[in-house]
Amino acid sequence: MESNERLSAPLVLEYPFTRTTGPVIGAFFTGLREKIVLGIKRQDGTVLVPPTEYDPETSETLTEMVEVGQVGQITTWTWVQEPRDQSPWDAPHALAMIKLEGADTPLLHAVLVDSPESLEVGMNVRIKWREETEGHIKDIEGFIPVEETND
Amino acid sequence: MTEIRLPSSLDGIEPVQSVRTPIRMEYTFTPGVAAQTYLRAFGNKKILGNVSPVDGAILVPPRGADPRHGVLCEEFVEMSHTGHVGSYCVTNVPIPGRDLDLPYISAWIFLDGADIGFLNLVAECPPEKCRIGMRVEAVWKPDEEIGMTAENILYWRPTGEPDIPFEAAGVRGWHARKAGGENA
Repeated sequence: MESNERLSAPLVLEYPFTRTTGPVIGAFFTGLREKIVLGIKRQDGTVLVPPTEYDPETSETLTEMVEVGQVGQITTWTWVQEPRDQSPWDAPHALAMIKLEGADTPLLHAVLVDSPESLEVGMNVRIKWREETEGHIKDIEGFIPVEETND
Repeated sequence: MTEIRLPSSLDGIEPVQSVRTPIRMEYTFTPGVAAQTYLRAFGNKKILGNVSPVDGAILVPPRGADPRHGVLCEEFVEMSHTGHVGSYCVTNVPIPGRDLDLPYISAWIFLDGADIGFLNLVAECPPEKCRIGMRVEAVWKPDEEIGMTAENILYWRPTGEPDIPFEAAGVRGWHARKAGGENA
């Protein structure tokens, strides 16, 4: 204890938050639990995915939720070679913006492929659901290329 | 509330109303010079404060600076292990990560001679008996368990001595001294 060595100690901050979802995000999560994806319709007929309670441009209240497709196009992506400890994914993967069929805005999620060589903007990917869903964004394990799933 | 229209595929389905989003951050904490000095002394059952070079105010625990003036505090002074309750709060509702028996008292402890307080537990005192100005003393862990950690002091308990007058307790004393000039 008399040593002059620099002191150092681990410090962990942990918050066990439970958030209430509200009617729109709640419906989005309800959809995920049922293995469907919901967006919300704007006045001009375009569809926001994930849905928001208000139009981000006009601030109008949005109320009409619609189901969109489970296949979409990568609009942009980046490669994660070494996921951090707390990442939901252990293996290297892509993080991508994916515009689902019927949606006009892209959703951020992982694309589960082995290397960045197999990725390109515009390629079609589809949702890989977890077997057990609970109403959480993690109900989607990730997206996988459409070609490889024609079984 | 606005009615949200859902696709028929969700008819009769129990809606999700909450979602768990735990957050966890892992740091390596390296205390600065003042905190290291404080912790080494605390590991020997000594409590140090910093003396402000501006007006001699004693700041506990020492942070190495007087935040009121933005000046370094390089002088340390050893504090007594007694003080008073400046203000307090009785907690009756459990919170995650705290496994204390309810109800418990959190108090701003002002050590004798200190100009600011710090937050700590008060025990061996029924909540209805706790009061601003009550004199308290530190209850330390057994010597063999003392280390360089804030957990050294288990809690503070009443000494039974007469109270500090309400007007002089906690930050009220601080403001009174400031207003009164030299009568600190």
